[in-house]
Amino acid sequence: MRIFLHFIVLWVVYLGFIAVVSAVLPNELLPDQKLEMRARVISAQLRCLVCRNETIDDSNAFLARDLRLLVRERLQAGDSDRQVLDFIVARYGEYILLKPRFSGAKIILWLAPVFILMLEVAYIVFVIIKRKNLIPLTLKEKV
Amino acid sequence: MIIESGHFLLILAFALSLYQAVVPLIGVFCCDRGAVASARPIAVLVFILVALSFFVLTYAYVISDFSVLNVVQNSHSEKPMLFKITGVWGNHEGSMMLWVLILTLFSALVAIFGKNLPVSLSTFVLVCQSFIACAFLAFILFTSNPFQRIVPPALQGRGLNPVLQDIGLALHPPLLYVGYVGFSVCFSFAIAVLLDKRVDSAFGHWIRPWALLSWVFLTAGIIVGSYWAYYELGWGGYWFWDPVENTALMPWLAGTALLHSAIVLERRSALKIWTVLLAIITFSLSLLGTFLVRSGILISMHSFVRDPQRGIVILCILAFFTGAALLLFAFRAPSIRNSRLFQPISREGALVFNNLFLMIAAATVLTGTLYPLLLETLTGEKISVGAPFFNLTFGSLMMPLLAAVPFGPLFAWKRGNITVAAERLWLAFAFALMVMAFVLYFREGKAILTSAGFGLAFWVIAGTLIGAVIRTGNFSTSLIIRWHRLRQLPSTFWGATFAHMGLSITLFGILAVTTFGEERIVNIAPGDTVRIAGKDIYFDRYEAYNGPNYRENRLYFSLLKGRCRIARVMASKRIFPSQSIQTTKTGLLWRGLSQYYIAPGDYTDNNRTIVHIWWKPWVLCIWLGGFFMMVGGIFSFGSRRLRIGIPARSRHKNT
Repeated sequence: MRIFLHFIVLWVVYLGFIAVVSAVLPNELLPDQKLEMRARVISAQLRCLVCRNETIDDSNAFLARDLRLLVRERLQAGDSDRQVLDFIVARYGEYILLKPRFSGAKIILWLAPVFILMLEVAYIVFVIIKRKNLIPLTLKEKV
Repeated sequence: MIIESGHFLLILAFALSLYQAVVPLIGVFCCDRGAVASARPIAVLVFILVALSFFVLTYAYVISDFSVLNVVQNSHSEKPMLFKITGVWGNHEGSMMLWVLILTLFSALVAIFGKNLPVSLSTFVLVCQSFIACAFLAFILFTSNPFQRIVPPALQGRGLNPVLQDIGLALHPPLLYVGYVGFSVCFSFAIAVLLDKRVDSAFGHWIRPWALLSWVFLTAGIIVGSYWAYYELGWGGYWFWDPVENTALMPWLAGTALLHSAIVLERRSALKIWTVLLAIITFSLSLLGTFLVRSGILISMHSFVRDPQRGIVILCILAFFTGAALLLFAFRAPSIRNSRLFQPISREGALVFNNLFLMIAAATVLTGTLYPLLLETLTGEKISVGAPFFNLTFGSLMMPLLAAVPFGPLFAWKRGNITVAAERLWLAFAFALMVMAFVLYFREGKAILTSAGFGLAFWVIAGTLIGAVIRTGNFSTSLIIRWHRLRQLPSTFWGATFAHMGLSITLFGILAVTTFGEERIVNIAPGDTVRIAGKDIYFDRYEAYNGPNYRENRLYFSLLKGRCRIARVMASKRIFPSQSIQTTKTGLLWRGLSQYYIAPGDYTDNNRTIVHIWWKPWVLCIWLGGFFMMVGGIFSFGSRRLRIGIPARSRHKNT
């Protein structure tokens, strides 16, 4: 039942967002080009919490709009990119970051490719060593 | 009555699949020729039954039979005919029907074209195929029956999601499914050779055409899907690293690896164990994709189905087939021997390198897609993994792979020489450096990484072309002789050349859009102009228009050169009254391979509308590259060695 309700809520949200498409509105843009560029880069890393897997830049939910304005407000107040992100994470949790931070259990996620690479290389080295041992044996047999 | 007969045909297909999964298997072990021989015609028969059943479902959609629940939920009598038909697979039940239809089609193709295969082997393949068919037919019949009637019949259907009412739905799912499901044949072959204990170079020979076919279709499905999302969603993006997209990308990566390792197996009889494992992994990833998309357990912008209960059934199917295959593999792998040896620097070595990185990339996408789910289940901690993560990890994994692409074809089999290859490629390297310097200059020293990316794209394309030049002669060879030699080169060579060129074209498109693209967000009324990328875009007028099942507000724009209108384009907001949903039709203004992308937003006041305009330089290269890859795949089909199940023809016939 809970799942069903969940579904309905999501569907309603979905209908809500599909009604409007343009996400970033003209009056949100900052006059300072450099600050605006930074704001867009930051927005692309933040997830709209009420939508289906969208950045706040692509979404037109009210929450996303508030977040976009918040990002710009903080930037105008002189925050660095990192400070803006910290500010938002402190309020909304790490779920909002589309690029998880390198900490806690998320280290596994970040290191997974490296770990798999090492595993594969180790296996290949193992095979090569095993074969090196094999070749002289076959030669001896021939002799 | 017709609907019931469709249902009945499906049940019949299920029963026959059950028969086919059991009887020929017993036949092989008890040496009963009749039982073994039954596998082939039944495979064709099952396909015919499923096809008829699918046809009946389509018929119900075409005549808008609102006594069928599935039609009521997903169709509408006012929908244009094309969308009535494509709406068949625009929902859970129908798309599972399409899945099974394509699966049985492949079984039938194996039965028809595999006449020259060893009897026991082809029987094992068909048995394995029918096991998969059984599982999915049972899934359809018991949990998602599309022929369910309702009493009393509805007067009108609820309609198809307007976002799906596009030509994209006609092309994308069938293409993607042919790709997805086609890998089942490779999987079945892997199981068959393991059961039959004949893992040798012939295995590579047998699976290559099937892997190629699936790969070409999967590539087509992905590029069509990507272009569809690009113009339909109205955000100007073409790839969002959304879980549903990732599930299509993973089999593609594994399938690409499989294609390459099958070449090594076929030509050099090396990498036996690895190729078998890859065949199993690729189809398992396809099944995983089906599970993730159909269950909707991952929050995605593309999925339109959410049904965890039915998802569990697919999860069980996935677990059964992957688990059983890996178990069989674990038992049989130690007995696979006599893989040929090769030096690390060799064609084989290069292909191993390719496999290594493609599989790490696939694994990265897999962990990135599933880790949030895993972490939430285990610890309750909610995290998101999105585009910034994948761009960084996937991007850095692709770099060494792309850098190595031109080397591979220049190495000899078994023992290559890296200095010789490097000497041949110095021109490409110089060219790439020049491109890098040019981009750096253009961007005023910023974006070193992007210019390196451009360099990489040109390195791959130049290196690949140099490969073709070297194959046709030396410095003194005349152009005419070169042309004749070029035409005599084997089609597999052309396959590789085109596919590798496609790779760099796609990379170039992606980089060009991200580096040189421009964007404007404006609130404008007719008569206003917007300056973007050095050109003016003029807003002509509004126009109201009534479509068959929608109303739309059209916005006409033209591109100005001086005071002349050199191109016109229309963008619109569509309202579907039957569902009260609004969609955006973006205006795409083509300038060669570049586009102006115009997405209208909300109407504000004083006749004004918010309009989002992008300049997307070279954006079409992204999909053009994919098209090149497909062409490469099609070229590889022409290979003379590639005759399904036919061993190399004896030479003396020609003399």
